[in-house]
Amino acid sequence: MRIFLIFLAFALALALVPILGSRALVQDLFTVLCLLVLALNWNLLAGFAGLVSVGQQAFVGIGAYAMFACVILLGLNPILGMLVGGLVAMALSVPVAFFAFRLHGAYFAIGTWAVADIARLSFSQWKALGGGTGTALPKEAVQEMAVIQILRDLFGGSKAAAVDMLTYWLALALVLAVLAASWIFLRSRLGLGLQAVRDNPVAARAVGVDPTRLKALVFLLTAFVTGICGGLLFIQIGRISPDAAFSLLDWTAFVIFIVVIGGIGTLPGPIIGVLVFYGLERALADYGTLYLILLGLIGIAIMLFARRGLWGSFIQRTGFDPLPLGHRAPARATPE
Amino acid sequence: MIWLDTLVQGLLLGGLYALFAAGLSLVFGIMRLVNLAHGDLIVLGAYLILGIGTATGLNPFLAALLALPVMFALGMALQAGLLNRVLGEDILPPLLVTFGLSVVIQNGLLTAFSADSRKLPLGPVEAASVPLGPVTIGTMPLLTFGSAILVILALNWLFYRTALGRAFRATSDDPVTAQLMGIRPQRIFAVATGIALVVATIAALYLGARANFDPSIGPARLLYAFEAVIIGGLGSLWGTLAGGLVIGVAQAFGAALNPEWQILAGHIAFVLVLLLRPRGLFPRALD
Amino acid sequence: MSALLQVSGLTAHYGDFQALFGVDLALEPGEVLAIIGANGAGKTTLMRAITGIARVSGGTITLAGAPISGRPAPDILRAGIAMVPEGRRLFPSLTVEENLKIGAHARRGSGFWDLERIFALFPVLKERRAHPGTALSGGQQQMVAIGRALMSNPSVLLCDELSLGLAPVVIREIYAAFPMIRDSGTALLVVEQDIGQALKMADQVHCMMEGRIRLSGRPQDLSREAIHDAYFGVSHG
Repeated sequence: MRIFLIFLAFALALALVPILGSRALVQDLFTVLCLLVLALNWNLLAGFAGLVSVGQQAFVGIGAYAMFACVILLGLNPILGMLVGGLVAMALSVPVAFFAFRLHGAYFAIGTWAVADIARLSFSQWKALGGGTGTALPKEAVQEMAVIQILRDLFGGSKAAAVDMLTYWLALALVLAVLAASWIFLRSRLGLGLQAVRDNPVAARAVGVDPTRLKALVFLLTAFVTGICGGLLFIQIGRISPDAAFSLLDWTAFVIFIVVIGGIGTLPGPIIGVLVFYGLERALADYGTLYLILLGLIGIAIMLFARRGLWGSFIQRTGFDPLPLGHRAPARATPE
Repeated sequence: MIWLDTLVQGLLLGGLYALFAAGLSLVFGIMRLVNLAHGDLIVLGAYLILGIGTATGLNPFLAALLALPVMFALGMALQAGLLNRVLGEDILPPLLVTFGLSVVIQNGLLTAFSADSRKLPLGPVEAASVPLGPVTIGTMPLLTFGSAILVILALNWLFYRTALGRAFRATSDDPVTAQLMGIRPQRIFAVATGIALVVATIAALYLGARANFDPSIGPARLLYAFEAVIIGGLGSLWGTLAGGLVIGVAQAFGAALNPEWQILAGHIAFVLVLLLRPRGLFPRALD
Repeated sequence: MSALLQVSGLTAHYGDFQALFGVDLALEPGEVLAIIGANGAGKTTLMRAITGIARVSGGTITLAGAPISGRPAPDILRAGIAMVPEGRRLFPSLTVEENLKIGAHARRGSGFWDLERIFALFPVLKERRAHPGTALSGGQQQMVAIGRALMSNPSVLLCDELSLGLAPVVIREIYAAFPMIRDSGTALLVVEQDIGQALKMADQVHCMMEGRIRLSGRPQDLSREAIHDAYFGVSHG
């Protein structure tokens, strides 16, 4: 119980950052929160469903482009556009799954990567949204949202600051929603089935878990959230281009490192990982490439010496797991 | 006639991709290792050739010859010191380790050589071409293609006609029983990765001689190479050549329609082949 | 003076499960030792422990006086112990001839066994030398597996369940090769479920149960009842 209280206090403190903190901090933490959303998603895919995707940037980009299309071509509200972005990403994840699920293991990884590159190159052909060079989100479309005016009335500050405030809170809400949903999902019958499939596919199939359907469900849902996150990211960034929206480095490589460092296949892993990632970035911001080299080396070291990452090693060393995903066997089995 | 020309250009480009892919295919076939750093290792090879050439004043072809043993040793060390430790049932550790390695190599090169693009200076042969029937073919693309065929032939000979190749196949089939034959799988894997990097060095020579390169181009080349390996079928070297040709021809025709469609057409060919044949064109192994 | 192969107090574990409890055995050059016992008695674990495929948790194994326990399988093969594994385990990508040749992978110099001698021992393999190993019948595959192990010219040959899944006539054909293998000086350690076959060919029989050797002796000295008891764990009060 205490762990939830600490967590709640932490979430509350984060919620107060836009009111008390500087705008630079808000922008920094916004990126961190979005990376955390992506990391939680990728962890569900790779750490729990065994789907090692190297192509999640596809759904970030699709969500972002769909949001831009809603705002620029249809004149919709960006927040609504963001939700549409999630839906479009989920819809497009169906044909992607149809293709990628025919591939297994490493083939799946390469297949998703190729699909993401196809998406990048296809969106480069969308001339109405700037083709290969991209385009900017009309400032007024974001800054004239009713909610921006409300925020300014409450807290003062410029329109741009209010936009940062809004996107920050949306990102925080998204993190909390994904965390809660992951927690509930992983402890549900489906989630436990998923972990059973990961740990022993043959036995899981024998007790009636259909691994493909479960994995497809995870793939679709993470595409949805990743799409929303993509839309949100680019509301704040304000400018889109295929290379930025479909960046392998920014939206998948960093995310993989975050999950691996924190502890793949554990729920708190991505949170730990994103904190380490942010700390390293702050400490080594001036060194550019050196920072990336260090990140790569840390990732390699984790795989060699502590495969379950920082959180997994912590649990292993101490035998103390404050957030157990399994739970006691139910008193009586419920028939299907 | 323009279509014939496009086809020939595509086949020649496919030869380059097959060179990128051959080492990958060898390693993949023997130890099921997906080396995400292969593209960056090729780029590393190109810088090594450039460095040797600059230091000694040798022609890139001769510099590449000197680079071969260096890259072979690097491959063995990489496998023995790092990759052997993460091979196993779980595919995630090798994927993540080679991914980390890719980032390290890329940024290491960036630190050492900056982001400026370089080229291996070959001299007059770069612009030379030979008329072949109705089409004219550049000498360099032809050399690349010929080298790709030779590399595949040599690897096939090694794989099917030598004691080492026998040990490769036995280890790939059943590593535990191979140990009962006195084979040390880890050593076999190290040799295999060494050979893969020798092939990567040959690929690096043509990569660097035909076009500009910079530290960032590894991953894209890796993707084409992987597509070639997967289209070709696990563990089949001729399949890998065929896969490279499919990607090359698709890219050439895509580019003929619209220059922006070159890469896209290659990816789409990859997806189409896999939709029709999920195990590739010529799968050797049964898994 | 210790025997050619000396196993003393050998224990082995699979995780928390203990599979062997202090097994002792000794094998002299040219001798045939048969180990019989029901499924799960620990016979295969014993073989795997000797060859270095399974980890040993206690006890010692020496070959010609040199300790080999705990060393990796390829080193133990080089020291002179080869195995015909249960289920034959031919390499599917290799032809019959290649399967035989790979048996000599670690061999330096010459020895009694070479390709021609194997073909003389099992003439049918010569006819089928270019076929994939796994395309052969079960009995012929077993011949390849034996030939493959002999190609390293081992001083000790371990055979795990040679007769498993084979017809009686084929089993006889395979065991007909044993005298020639013994004559080459190779000692044989044979795990066999076919008790009749084991008693017929062995100089010494050990009967295992629950990870221990329960009974041992020369075949002619062992009564049917004693073997039956050691095999099934029934004791006459």
